[in-house]
Amino acid sequence: MPVIEVKQLKKTYNETMVPVHALNGVDLTFEKGEFTAIVGPSGCGKTTLLNMMGGLDRPTSGIVTIENDDITNMKAGELVDFRLNNIGFIFQSYNLIPVLTVKENIEFIMELQHRNRKEMEDRVRYLLEVMGLSDKINVRPRYLSGGQQQRVAVARALASKPKFILADEPTANLDSKSTDILLDLMAELNQKENVTFVFSTHDQRVMDKARRIITLEDGKVISDIKQVKSNEARHS
Amino acid sequence: MKQIIILAWRNLWRNRRRTMITLASVFMAVILAIAIRSLQKGVYASMISNAVRFSTGYIQVHAKGYWDDQNINNSFEYDPSLSAVFQKNKDISLYVPRLESFALASSGPHTKGVAVTGIDPEKEDEMNGLAKKIIEGDYFNSQPQQGILIGDGLAEYLQLHLGDTLVLLGQGYHGATAAGQFPIQGIFHYPLDQMNNTMVFLSLPDAQLLFGAENSLTSISLMLQNENAISSAKEFIEKHVDSTYEVMEWPAMNKTLVQEIQGDNAGGIIMLGILYLVVAFGVFGTILMMTMERKKEFAAMIAVGMRRFKLTFMVIFETIFIGLIGIVSGTLIILPILIYFHRHPVALTGAAAETYQQFGIEPVMPASLDPSIFLYQGITVLCIAILSAFYPLWYINRIPVAGTLKQ
Ligand SMILES: Nc1ncnc2c1ncn2[C@@H]1O[C@H](COP(=O)(O)OP(=O)(O)OP(=O)(O)O)[C@@H](O)[C@H]1O
Ligand SMILES: [Mg+2]
Repeated sequence: MPVIEVKQLKKTYNETMVPVHALNGVDLTFEKGEFTAIVGPSGCGKTTLLNMMGGLDRPTSGIVTIENDDITNMKAGELVDFRLNNIGFIFQSYNLIPVLTVKENIEFIMELQHRNRKEMEDRVRYLLEVMGLSDKINVRPRYLSGGQQQRVAVARALASKPKFILADEPTANLDSKSTDILLDLMAELNQKENVTFVFSTHDQRVMDKARRIITLEDGKVISDIKQVKSNEARHS
Repeated sequence: MKQIIILAWRNLWRNRRRTMITLASVFMAVILAIAIRSLQKGVYASMISNAVRFSTGYIQVHAKGYWDDQNINNSFEYDPSLSAVFQKNKDISLYVPRLESFALASSGPHTKGVAVTGIDPEKEDEMNGLAKKIIEGDYFNSQPQQGILIGDGLAEYLQLHLGDTLVLLGQGYHGATAAGQFPIQGIFHYPLDQMNNTMVFLSLPDAQLLFGAENSLTSISLMLQNENAISSAKEFIEKHVDSTYEVMEWPAMNKTLVQEIQGDNAGGIIMLGILYLVVAFGVFGTILMMTMERKKEFAAMIAVGMRRFKLTFMVIFETIFIGLIGIVSGTLIILPILIYFHRHPVALTGAAAETYQQFGIEPVMPASLDPSIFLYQGITVLCIAILSAFYPLWYINRIPVAGTLKQ
């Protein structure tokens, strides 16, 4: 069973005088353990698609199903809880909570889920170890570099044990070295722990690490290529 | 909930300077409001206490018709069963009989109209501390033959000294002539010039004799253990005395005073309203800015799974913190000052004192420590805080998540 199923998805923005057809009938399925990049020229609808898949915005028509749950017709409050328990988000501009420390930022999600203290502490320690940030546990975000903040954001997205993680241009604000570190960490999580990632990008080097590349143009899928174990092939 | 409170508290200190300025405005408003109210209420209480202790008592029993026509002919014969009624009610702490009328006081070439009050020396002193106001000579003692007590203002006007004789001339009960002469036994001084200039006291038997009204009284004034028992005590008395008597409460007998207080009080409340309006805009502005500038942060929090109502709680806590810190710090600073001025009332001098005198008010400003003052200011500030959060709450509930994250 696919984790995410997108059927005949359309989104038309009517905010200006001229309606903008950001998505023009998109059909896609994503399986557990995918590491997928969504690419295409600026304005092709990448962000719009990710927002629909993450339940952050409502499509004009079409359906998004997440493991049997149709999220397009959920009530607003239900949808917030659904996101909390099923979807991890990584944003381009990190969006950590500035008044909370690294540890508290990660715990924040788990507290919303009412996890117990012991479980939260173990998970924070484990995630920060994976992210190589154990020494920053009690630091507030503004004392971290962009790359470090984005790694905290990955840890936060993983904290809730989501079914998949959506990342809209996660490396757009990072330098190439931080981009490599972040991508390698994400790829490692994907391979070792079977975490499903769907991310959008403009960056060729990021695309190269993906195992599936979906290209959009004018709100339509124009190509969908699976490059099986392309990473490993290149590195070996 | 703990998480939300921690977030709210830390958010408050993100823009330390702005929060401090807002807090300072709440703090100043609380101090000002409490100080103004405390002095107002203190002055009202002192005015009421003067009126109650020196004239009417909390409750007064007199013959029906006396209040509208305060005339010796409307006096009543004292019946001992009345005191039995008063003693039966445990809220009544003191009953003070009086016989009051008017007379001309003269000494040599000088004449002046005065208010003559026949009193029970012990009870009168217990009610208003008359004995302590004697500045020359002595208060009444238990001897049957007593002199007269006059105010220092009257003594000066009539050029009288201790031991001199004062002649009183007037109309007695049912048209009899009232005439007598009394040696000046004591001279008193009140903070109120009006009393010093126009009041004279005789012992009750002397006054009854003077006015030809043996065993008669014009009123019995009652003091109470507890001010809140006024209506119940009044009802009690009415039930136990016959209908030739009238029982009145102090507000009905001091209508001008009550109106004056109400008018002044309304003025004070309007002033506070304006003060708080200014503060409310300050708090509102701060909370609004705190919300607007975190729009994207809020959108991200909603995106990752925080319900909007939790964010609104956070903002409410933020404003409540501002309100509470302002109330608590303001109260802590002003309270010791008010306690001092409660114990040592400000004595007014000069023009202010004269104005007070003209209105028959003792020229002192004691601070009131009535807990309701602090309670009301606290509630007002908290209401302002919560009301200030309304627009931000509405705003939070309309943040478009996807659109905001894109910015
Ligand atoms: N809120 C909106 N109101 C109106 N039009 C919008 C809105 N959001 C996006 N669009 C339009 O929809 C189209 C798709 O936008 P989208 O942001 O999904 O593109 P994108 O592929 O993410 O672009 P980029 O690579 O620049 O991030 C664009 O033409 C954009 O102008
Ligand atoms: Mg985009």
